[in-house]
Amino acid sequence: MALYSEKVMDHFRNPRNVGVIEDADGVGEVGNAKCGDIMKMYLKIEDDMIKDVKFETFGCGSAIASSSMATELIKGKPVADAMNLTNEAVAEALDGLPGYKMHCSLLAEQAIHAALDDYKKRNEAK
Amino acid sequence: MIYADNAATTKMSASAIETMTKIVEETWGNPSSLYSVGQRAKEVLEEAREDVAKIIGAEPREIIFTSGGSEADNQAIRSAAEIGRKKGKTHIISTKFEHHAVLHTLERLRKEGFDITLLDVHENGLVVPEEVAAAIRDDTCLVTIMFANNEIGTIQPIRKIGEICRGKGVIFHTDAVQAIAHVPINVKEDNIDMLSASAHKFHGPKGVGFLYVKNGIPLTNLIEGGAQERGKRAGTENVPAIAAMATALKEAFCKMTDNNARLTAARDRIIAGLSEIPHSALNGDSISRLPGNVNFCFEGIEGESLLLLLDDKGIQASSGSACTSGSLDPSHVLLAIGRVHDVAHGSLRLSLGEDITDEEVEYIIKSVREVVEHLRSFSPVWRDLCAGKSEFILP
Repeated sequence: MALYSEKVMDHFRNPRNVGVIEDADGVGEVGNAKCGDIMKMYLKIEDDMIKDVKFETFGCGSAIASSSMATELIKGKPVADAMNLTNEAVAEALDGLPGYKMHCSLLAEQAIHAALDDYKKRNEAK
Repeated sequence: MIYADNAATTKMSASAIETMTKIVEETWGNPSSLYSVGQRAKEVLEEAREDVAKIIGAEPREIIFTSGGSEADNQAIRSAAEIGRKKGKTHIISTKFEHHAVLHTLERLRKEGFDITLLDVHENGLVVPEEVAAAIRDDTCLVTIMFANNEIGTIQPIRKIGEICRGKGVIFHTDAVQAIAHVPINVKEDNIDMLSASAHKFHGPKGVGFLYVKNGIPLTNLIEGGAQERGKRAGTENVPAIAAMATALKEAFCKMTDNNARLTAARDRIIAGLSEIPHSALNGDSISRLPGNVNFCFEGIEGESLLLLLDDKGIQASSGSACTSGSLDPSHVLLAIGRVHDVAHGSLRLSLGEDITDEEVEYIIKSVREVVEHLRSFSPVWRDLCAGKSEFILP
């Protein structure tokens, strides 16, 4: 029995949506290097839709896979749907995570919410 | 596949497997029985004891067979503590980077009223003998310092420390689990009173090890029951495993000089190759170091990802990252030599096998470089470091 599901390993080995959006409409970063996990999410939003999303992650296999899966789950979706993304949904889409790695999916949820909050704040400022 | 985690465990040698199989099939009697099947097992057991004793320069009666290194550590420390307690001596000296078999036993003793001093191991991962001497008090009953560290492979000045303890009349125990069969050890010349060892670190079976205890030091039982092992470790002896351990130890000891020359060359080539990766650092002294141990920190990446991607490339290694242990803190060994959390998470330990080839050495260097570069390519920590938003910790 492997530590991670095939899906986790797939997203870890071939992470989707890796990178940076230079002119992002919202950026969110959570975690800290002291604990060994940092996730950064970049959002491009048009007409209340997630037009594009990219991530950068410093962390373990499940942190990288969770970031990748979370971006896949919100890409092309309405902002309202992205706001409702939960860590359980991320973990479930990865065919589960070991119990002590569930915090990685939570970080992915928090990173996306942080990026959306940033987007809202920027809009309010306009 | 390149198995580079020999500090975790080793593959049993063909001769150890042969011994074990032979004893299981032919000498299955109980050594405590007086009839011939039992007595043959007794002979095998005592022969193994003689072999093990001879290799470390001890007498056969000074060897107690145990279930492994952890049990030996527990019994050695408990015994010395008991001797101390009877004399009103309740101070123990050890180091910050011992194996948990030692640290957790000491923590238990602390709760029982013992005063524990954990010495610093400095940036190079070496204990300074003078600091041991300075820490010894009138009420010190034990000094326990590992022979070689299990993560960073640093070899301690054991003979000198032993001499200091001898001079002050303090019992000296060393956890030699990583060192035995890799470093020359003679308990008499090295002034060692107690020593722990485990068979599966030198191509013997798992679940067996031994404790050397100098004549005249009374042991406290961890396991009560029958009169096996001079009444100090109850339970029918695991004769096949004990015999296989003796075979493995003899073999490893005979090949030690040749193996060490090859391992040291491979180790130093890998250290030189990995040092070329920017913002990386070797953990622990580069000279007073186990022949097959390489331990690095790479800034901006996390160790578990590194291990998984190396596994994909057929290289099996380990890391001191928190994520590989299931705890929040990275390795206590890396923290003890002053690595901060951020950097300690990005560590890699390669503990080489004796059969490593030059091609494998080059493949390891190339693979680690590729994987580190890949992980850094999408690490926000690395991006900030390169952009000057935060400062590099490793040169």
